Amino acid sequence: MNNPFRLTIEGLERVIMSLQQKGYDVIGPRYSDGVIVYDRIHSIDDLPAGFVDELTPGMYRLTKSGNRQFFGYTLPPQSWKRFLYPPCRELFTLRKDGRSFGLTPKEDRSPAYAFVGVRACELSAISIQDRVFSSGDYRDEAYLSVRRRNFIIAVNCSQPAETCFCTSMGTGPKAGAGFDIVLTEIINGESHYFVAEAGSDAGTSLMEGIGAGGADESDVGAADETIRKASAAVTRIMDTSDLPELLAENTDHPQWDDVAKRCLTCGNCTMVCPTCFCSTVEDRTDLAGRIAGRTRTWDSCFTMDFARVSGGNFRISGKSRYRQWLTHKLSSWVEQFGVSGCVGCGRCITWCPVGIDLTAEVGAIKRGSTKQESGGSR
Amino acid sequence: MPQRRNAGKPKVAVFKFASCDGCQLSLLDAEEELLDVAGAINIAFFPEASRRMLRGPYDIGIVEGSITTPHDVEHIRAIRKSCGALITIGACATAGGIQALRNWKDIRNFVHVVYASPEYISTLDRSLPVGSFVHVDFELRGCPINKFQLLEIINAFLNKRKPNIHTYSVCMECKIKGNNCIMVARGEPCLGPVTQSGCGAICPSFNRGCYGCFGPMESPNAPALSARLHELGQTKHDIKLAFRTFNAYADAFRKESESNEQ
Ligand code: SF4
Ligand code: SF4
Ligand code: SF4
Ligand code: SF4
Repeated sequence: MNNPFRLTIEGLERVIMSLQQKGYDVIGPRYSDGVIVYDRIHSIDDLPAGFVDELTPGMYRLTKSGNRQFFGYTLPPQSWKRFLYPPCRELFTLRKDGRSFGLTPKEDRSPAYAFVGVRACELSAISIQDRVFSSGDYRDEAYLSVRRRNFIIAVNCSQPAETCFCTSMGTGPKAGAGFDIVLTEIINGESHYFVAEAGSDAGTSLMEGIGAGGADESDVGAADETIRKASAAVTRIMDTSDLPELLAENTDHPQWDDVAKRCLTCGNCTMVCPTCFCSTVEDRTDLAGRIAGRTRTWDSCFTMDFARVSGGNFRISGKSRYRQWLTHKLSSWVEQFGVSGCVGCGRCITWCPVGIDLTAEVGAIKRGSTKQESGGSR
Repeated sequence: MPQRRNAGKPKVAVFKFASCDGCQLSLLDAEEELLDVAGAINIAFFPEASRRMLRGPYDIGIVEGSITTPHDVEHIRAIRKSCGALITIGACATAGGIQALRNWKDIRNFVHVVYASPEYISTLDRSLPVGSFVHVDFELRGCPINKFQLLEIINAFLNKRKPNIHTYSVCMECKIKGNNCIMVARGEPCLGPVTQSGCGAICPSFNRGCYGCFGPMESPNAPALSARLHELGQTKHDIKLAFRTFNAYADAFRKESESNEQ
């Protein structure tokens, strides 16, 4: 750890104030109606102190634990994707003008966001979307502009959920890269503070600007111990060995039929996944047909329209749609972007109304791999 | 001079069968947009709104209500012939409506109990959607329909473009809105995963499970949802009743309620 700081609770408040003064829209976790959501926060009083969440397949429960921990919950339903890549975005307006028409691109008015409380797996997810939206022929300038102005305060996890499997995906629970500041929250008897580390010049200058002092060896030791315990508490495992090849070679595996019986094709998994980026565009008009506009909205490989092309639909069955999702995420994504599309956050497991668990599906395919059996009786 | 004012505008007629009027009233309910709509189309036949009743043919026929009598059958066939495009609106016209609950009983028993002179009653044995009798160009779901979706259909027709009406689940709408999932976070039953979007996920937005007003979504897996509802403590009877509401006779919901019959 280089130049670690010790940040008091008041210090965190000064961090938030300072970000606001610099003109950032500060977004962080807060309690809302039975869940944690990422939303605008104004001070540490907005943080969900004392809340802990229990996340299992198809189930989420939030309870008040009574302790003072600000970041004692694990993950809210929706990720930072909502801010970086909003669900609906107007792209342009067309206006009929005699025999021609004029096009007005939608101005990008998104604010500079400062995120407080980004988890390690979410940092990885953001870096994956950075790659998706900046590479190749399809750069998303609006996304990239929001990201350029984005300040990130990560928080190392202390209590992984039962659905977390970042250790399998190499993404957590310790924040690796992609933050301006990373915090580890320490509660030790009466003392409650953060061990902080800057990950960028902007992060260093902010910490110095609020007058944060240095952390001593025992503070750093306490932070390391928190992360070590968290890492040991991640119990869910995804066997990633040869995973892209395994799925690519098992597109006819009977497990796809099995999961299709359970899958509702509702699309929740793709909506909550922090790396899923699919969208559709819709054209609207005024009644008179003089003004038209195009909007981009989130779409999902689970919807029928998604694979509808001139002449038909190439993914009619729920089976083909679930298979598309899982094989893209864990196999063809690697081919396409050079990384896995899954960061192990477990959101798709928790927020699937019927609790379909991709780690279990992968396990079942691995156990009965048709490739392994190909030399045998079938 | 209404003739000249309406010259060149598409003639629209609104018809009603067995229904509550709620859906066609959504057109009148579109207060802000009503003048624009009236400016763009010629409302030639809309008894609920105007005494002016022009004869067909019409460019667009909007039909509310289910088909329940032999007379209805003749009438809808005549309407089909007189309309260029036929759009059915609401759960009654697209699925048979709440009155389709009678489809599971012998209608003669009801007739005998309700009417003093049952011999005057001429009815079909089931309440059925318009699409069971004639070709329908577009079915707009909902009990009631969403007025913005109705305006979207009219708008798309006028501009000869594809209407932006999604057939995916209510869950998609829920997540796009940023709602809390009441099924996962509260363990309460919700029909959203098997129901078509379009309402704006109203009930989940107010912490209530979806009641299925917009009928089955594009690829409903009702047995899988029932299995989960069962785990959440719903009895077979509860599940049967949950599927037996406004869209009870829509295929996927009908089958699911029947397979939960004891
Ligand atoms: S998956 Fe890992 S990094 Fe993400 S919330 Fe869980 S423990 Fe933290
Ligand atoms: S696939 Fe599931 S576990 Fe992996 S990143 Fe997406 S939501 Fe998280
Ligand atoms: S895996 Fe679960 S969340 Fe995803 S579409 Fe199927 S039922 Fe819905
Ligand atoms: S509340 Fe209902 S409709 Fe909304 S996401 Fe959950 S299951 Fe789907």
